[in-house]
Amino acid sequence: MPAVQETIEQVKLLDVDKYKYGFITDVESDLAPKGLNEDIVRLISAKKGEPDWMLEWRLAAFRRWLTMEEPTWARVDYPKIDYQDLHYYAAPKLRATATSLDEIDPEILKTYAKLGIPLKEQEILAGIRKPDGGDVLEEAPGGEYASGRVAVDAVFDSVSVVTTFKKELAKAGVIFMPISEAIREYPDLVRKYLGTVVPASDNYFATLNSAVFSDGSFVYIPKGVRCPMELSTYFRINERNTGQFERTLVIADEGSYVSYLEGCTAPMRDENQLHAAVVELVALDDAEIKYSTVQNWYPGDPEGKGGVYNFVTKRGDCRGRNSKISWTQVETGSAITWKYPSCILRGDNSQGEFYSIAISNGRQQVDSGTKMIHLGKNTSSRIISKGIAAGRSDNTYRGLVSANRRASGARNFTQCDSLLIGDQCGAHTIPYIESKNASAVFEHEATTSKISDDQMFYCLQRGMSQEEAVALIVNGFVRDVLQKLPMEFMAETQRLIGISLEGSVG
Amino acid sequence: MAEATRIRTKAEEALANHFAALASDDAAAEIRNAAFDAFLEKGLPHRRVEDWKYTDLRALVRDVPAPAQPAAFDASRDALARADVFAPLAPARIVFVNGFFVPSLSDTKGIEGDVEFVSLNRFLADGGSFLSRSQLDASESPILALNGAFVRDGAALRIREDAKVARPLEIVSVFAGSEPGLQTMRHQVMVGKGAEVTILQTFSGPDGVAYHTNVVSEVQVEAQAVVRWIVAQEEGDCAIHLNLLVPRLADDVTFDPFTLASGSLVSRNEVRLSFDAEGSSASLRGATVAKGKQLIDNTLVVDHAVPNCASREQFNSAIDGEAHGVFQGKIIVRKHAQKTDGKMMSRALLLSEEAEFANKPELEIFADDVVCGHGATCGQIDEEMLFFLRSRGLDKREAERLLIQAFLSEVVAEIGDEAVAECLDERIRRALGAPASVTVGEAT
Amino acid sequence: MLEIKNLHAEVEGQKILRGIDLTIRDGEVHAIMGPNGSGKSTLSYILAGKSDYEITEGEILFNGENLLEMEPDARAAAGVFLAFQYPIEIPGVGTMNFLKTAMNAQRKARGEPELTTPDFMRRVKEAAQTLKVSQDMLKRPLNVGFSGGEKKRMEILQMALLTPSLCVLDETDSGLDIDALRIVSEGVNALRSPERSFLVITHYQRLLDHIVPDVVHVMSKGRIVRTGGKELALELEAKGYADYVSEEAA
Repeated sequence: MPAVQETIEQVKLLDVDKYKYGFITDVESDLAPKGLNEDIVRLISAKKGEPDWMLEWRLAAFRRWLTMEEPTWARVDYPKIDYQDLHYYAAPKLRATATSLDEIDPEILKTYAKLGIPLKEQEILAGIRKPDGGDVLEEAPGGEYASGRVAVDAVFDSVSVVTTFKKELAKAGVIFMPISEAIREYPDLVRKYLGTVVPASDNYFATLNSAVFSDGSFVYIPKGVRCPMELSTYFRINERNTGQFERTLVIADEGSYVSYLEGCTAPMRDENQLHAAVVELVALDDAEIKYSTVQNWYPGDPEGKGGVYNFVTKRGDCRGRNSKISWTQVETGSAITWKYPSCILRGDNSQGEFYSIAISNGRQQVDSGTKMIHLGKNTSSRIISKGIAAGRSDNTYRGLVSANRRASGARNFTQCDSLLIGDQCGAHTIPYIESKNASAVFEHEATTSKISDDQMFYCLQRGMSQEEAVALIVNGFVRDVLQKLPMEFMAETQRLIGISLEGSVG
Repeated sequence: MAEATRIRTKAEEALANHFAALASDDAAAEIRNAAFDAFLEKGLPHRRVEDWKYTDLRALVRDVPAPAQPAAFDASRDALARADVFAPLAPARIVFVNGFFVPSLSDTKGIEGDVEFVSLNRFLADGGSFLSRSQLDASESPILALNGAFVRDGAALRIREDAKVARPLEIVSVFAGSEPGLQTMRHQVMVGKGAEVTILQTFSGPDGVAYHTNVVSEVQVEAQAVVRWIVAQEEGDCAIHLNLLVPRLADDVTFDPFTLASGSLVSRNEVRLSFDAEGSSASLRGATVAKGKQLIDNTLVVDHAVPNCASREQFNSAIDGEAHGVFQGKIIVRKHAQKTDGKMMSRALLLSEEAEFANKPELEIFADDVVCGHGATCGQIDEEMLFFLRSRGLDKREAERLLIQAFLSEVVAEIGDEAVAECLDERIRRALGAPASVTVGEAT
Repeated sequence: MLEIKNLHAEVEGQKILRGIDLTIRDGEVHAIMGPNGSGKSTLSYILAGKSDYEITEGEILFNGENLLEMEPDARAAAGVFLAFQYPIEIPGVGTMNFLKTAMNAQRKARGEPELTTPDFMRRVKEAAQTLKVSQDMLKRPLNVGFSGGEKKRMEILQMALLTPSLCVLDETDSGLDIDALRIVSEGVNALRSPERSFLVITHYQRLLDHIVPDVVHVMSKGRIVRTGGKELALELEAKGYADYVSEEAA
């Protein structure tokens, strides 16, 4: 069981500094003044050199946002957010626009190297960059990169700093670039799809995002193209008192396929950092999108001080016949997670999947789940959710499965399991199952239990420590979901599980 | 007037007018006022109120009739004739017509030694002391608030310690007359230590009359008692039926409520059960048959506040026509309620294109050493079974009816009392439109 | 009694039957043997009217009537009985209630009066005794919690009570020990008569030691590839199906 062994070692290593990614990068940045008003919205738009329609779209969202109220239905509790006490734009100061890695602040590159993101190495492998091509960077510490080929878009605070593999992707016709660039270079494409899955008026946080989003990734896979490599975005919040509002838009045209990975970290800060992202996925006829997230934002200290508020709207639209969208998430970070990656199964025979591991420890609060909205005929969906609550955390699964009147032949299977570690935490399951079609067949199962004493005893008797045993058993508990992750994320996730649960037993 | 600003719908306005018209010399006026105030605070619940998401009373209840008047004896007797669900059991009966106790139609022979009974309107006359004794908070539920404001009568029952009540006791509620009216009852039942009793609660009334029934039953069950509480809701097809059952269980109690719901236009059958002491078990079950434009809502809250209790929830629903079925079940396991065992299952059959069902089974768990789970399914009749039956010569309709009957009877059989189960099965058969059955017994 | 002409059938575009011709006269017992996947069970389901199959060609006449146009319950009333390979469990439906409902439904369809309760009881009791079906089994929901052997006996009990004219036995011997096999076979043999025909589908010869057929067919890949007397079954037992499988493949 090498994974378990790794977990154990990781836990030992991080005994003092539990949060591996809690470093702060020392880099000069360009900060907008605190507060939110139309001028800030205009400033963001101007910084990006956006066309008028984009500014108007943002302003309309902002005006709408002013009339909305922050939602309170989720099972999370946090002090009121002062939206005027945040920066809505922070960008590392660049020497003009970076067209190659040379122009990126080496400090930022070091940060990504620490996070294990293979920016530079990948470019060399891809032949875009020659090893002897005047590399100004020092070898980054811990620079052993994953061997798989992954194109990366790295977002630092609010700005996309570099996108790798652009040229090779372009050969396949794949567009993968910061959304700010896409707005300028492919305005028609962006305009056609932006806000069509998550409308600007969708919910409080999505509307806020629509007004102030500063960057994110844009992906377009043309007809019939199987994206030649995994696409990946790494998000990092660095700046103090900064809200991060990325916007991601992925379009898979007819018959195409893409697998997209998303990773998130933030430094340790005493104060809370706000993160309100929007992700929109569109799958046309026969297209498939696989979207995987490992979310490891700073969760706050054991007393609940600091940490990221992760209020995210993620939604996929299976717009075409036989299309498929699959969400896989590993949620271990953030002080508060409010997130329901959903699928609108509009096309006939379309499929939606949601595989989730959500771990909460310390004072973390998680309210997460999915919505599977069956609209087309013979649509099917599958939900596997594994929640693990430890410490003094609260972990809620909230999910909706619905069949519209014309969704004949709809099928859903939901399995929703919770594991409690210790008697100070809570695990909650709140499914809504609504059928308006007699031929729809929905099956839902949920269980809540603790780690069995027998299993623990057996492991201890075989010589494992308590923590080893817990990591082993929890890894077994989440196995069904783990298997859905891309290889790159699987090992990472197994390590994260061990780290996240550190201190939960004893 | 302050009230005017709080009134949002015609139905609320009607309620306010009816409330204002209540006799002001009522000794319980103060309690009534507080209850009605609690109601106005939130008004009729609507879809944005989480507990009422699928049963939007603001939209469903257009008007509320004035409080019903007592019915004439002949009309009462005739109306009672249809309340015969449990006739084969020959139960003792406490009869309410239009919400008023009718001694001449009641029959408590043979149980006097075990059961003390007093009609509550007697207490109302002396200041509503029973209402003030109630542990229920009117602000917790609109059913409760309206009940507190409009209650006219009810049954105060005490089952004596260690009594083994052989004859089942039926609390009958019938509505009589062709004019709509609002009938409101509050029952308070105390089951003494070690007592055993089967309480039947039946509701019926005429089709075509838009009367309203509001009934709240508070049940305190003392240690080691064994209680079966069987509800048969067969209200008339235009009725609005709101029923709240609030049992509190002491230690080592067995409390098994069952609800057969087939009547009314809109009904909410809500059980809020709490385990107050260790070692008890409760099985909450129900069978629902809905058709036409009916909405039938079964809502449960089972609160495991203490360790070592077990609960089972099992509800099967068959929804036909344009009817809507709702199941909401919440199992709460509080901190320290270790060794809780809770299992909930809701299954629905949709029998027509327009039928709808909403399932919301919830777990809210704060203790780690528990075994809890829930399941929910929604779908059509099993094709394999249907083919098997048809290959044996049953036509499609009859095969379907038999399978629906079996689906519902499965829960009825769990009651564990064959005589009671037979009465309920017979009513289910009737509700499914089958001719009365010839009982096929064991070959002798 | 039964005439199957050039029957072709498929499931989800996959051809299962590729031209079956079979004639069974009154009172005859035919056996169909063949390897797994040859289409034997499909044929039995098609005779009973399961809707999962698409008939692409051919016809089935039952006493001169077009069987394929009849609903499953009409076929049952006309006298077709299928003893299922895997009898269906129906929780909540009492066995006695089921038997009575089925018997009366068929009587009604044939224009006969319903059975009185005592008459019904007498018939069930007699049949149950012969087939060693216990009172306890009759009281339980249909097939729920029955062992494999109990389920098969219950099928034959139904066959006895419903008095069909064509009995299709689909792998009735599977999952039976030797004693149960004997009881079931005796039950079947007791029902043999000049007016009643049987189609016995089986993988193994041993059932045919007990229920001796007039004609044996070998089915492979959706066709009847050989027909002979009861001695054909013995030959198959000795040689296996290998010849037929490879012959087809060649």
